[in-house]
Amino acid sequence: MISFTLWDIFRNLLLATRWTILLSAGAFVGGGLVGLAVLLVRVLPYRWAVRAARLYIELFQGTPLLMQLFLAFFAPALFGFNVPAWIAAWSALTLWAGAFLAEIWRGCVEAIPAGQWEAASSLGLSFIEQMRYVILPQALRIAVAPTVGFLVQVIKGTALTSIIGFIELSAAGTEITNAIFEPFTVYGCVALIYFALCFPISRGSRWLERRLNVAHLTH
Amino acid sequence: MNYHFDFGVLLNYAPMLAHGVLITTELTVIGGGLGCVLAVLCAWARTGGPAWLRRPIGAYVEVIRNTPFIIQLFFLFFGLPSTGLKLPAIQAAVLAMVINLGAYGTEIVRAGIEATPRGQFEAGASLGMSGPEVFRHVVLLPALARIWPALSAQIVIVMLGSAVCSQIDVQELTYAAGFIQSRSFRAFEAYFGVTVIYLALALLLRLALRVGGRYLFPGQNLR
Repeated sequence: MISFTLWDIFRNLLLATRWTILLSAGAFVGGGLVGLAVLLVRVLPYRWAVRAARLYIELFQGTPLLMQLFLAFFAPALFGFNVPAWIAAWSALTLWAGAFLAEIWRGCVEAIPAGQWEAASSLGLSFIEQMRYVILPQALRIAVAPTVGFLVQVIKGTALTSIIGFIELSAAGTEITNAIFEPFTVYGCVALIYFALCFPISRGSRWLERRLNVAHLTH
Repeated sequence: MNYHFDFGVLLNYAPMLAHGVLITTELTVIGGGLGCVLAVLCAWARTGGPAWLRRPIGAYVEVIRNTPFIIQLFFLFFGLPSTGLKLPAIQAAVLAMVINLGAYGTEIVRAGIEATPRGQFEAGASLGMSGPEVFRHVVLLPALARIWPALSAQIVIVMLGSAVCSQIDVQELTYAAGFIQSRSFRAFEAYFGVTVIYLALALLLRLALRVGGRYLFPGQNLR
């Protein structure tokens, strides 16, 4: 049995936290782009486009993230590609986050009263112009707090990537546990690090919600 | 692409998949039910309960909501035995789900309670009811009816999250997928098939909760 001090445990976990942060950031940015694309498809005036976007969101919100990770890991092999774990992890998390962000942002766009659309179109603005100058500036204000709040879900979601072999904070926790047999201490430390990452973001999200003072707009 | 799909292989493992569905359902029903009870108790304590209880419950909610479910599960299953409390895998899984749903549910139910008009509390008090009586007979049901859609969504999220319990060898659906994969080397078919089953379960659960809501809260204005 190797002897590890508490600091050794913490130091190794913190080193692995880099990958948690990097993957979270990558998936959040990727998910944001996908979410934006789905949102735009959804407001198109075609019924099939709305349906396709709805189906996409339904599929990714109605199945476990873990299954999506497994499929992203195994599906490319069917085409003869062997993808490294980080690509599978990033692409699954991106698609998953995209579905949730699209749904969050749709709520924000729909919270804008119909009169705003009508006023904009009565000024002769095109659809794109209505979006750009009237709807989005207002919707963005409402969207900031829940979007920041969703970042917490993404960070927690990255913990599952350890199962398909991506070495981040959770996987490091399991490795250290296997080496020194102190699961109570190690998983306690892992939880503490996740908490240190997520809690300030949760707090920030609530602070933004109050500061932008939009609670009364959303319901 | 030279790969030939063979979903027929799943049929060979139908009993195992059925058993997986059963365990996942069991986890969801017990974990979801007890989780809702815990959520209501904590929400009561946070809004109308004794002051000394509010802080610990607030801390519980924040700790659970800001750490991943899988770490909570590992902590309960691998970590607790060193304190002398050794739980069988399935009990650890249910406990983790109850604790997890309890924390998210507390915030949801609390929002419902806080949306109760002041006059309702006052009307209850003027009838001579004590604080807990007002909560039980006047506030609770309309509050739950108000937040039922949000609570239902959270229960579905917890059900989907239970896929992780396969990691501590609970023999639910994901475990079945892993088993089929290791025997037949049909990884894609196994995980795809199970994903479809999860989707069906999620849709069924959502439907059951909507119907259940109408039954649980008759006369309340459910969306």
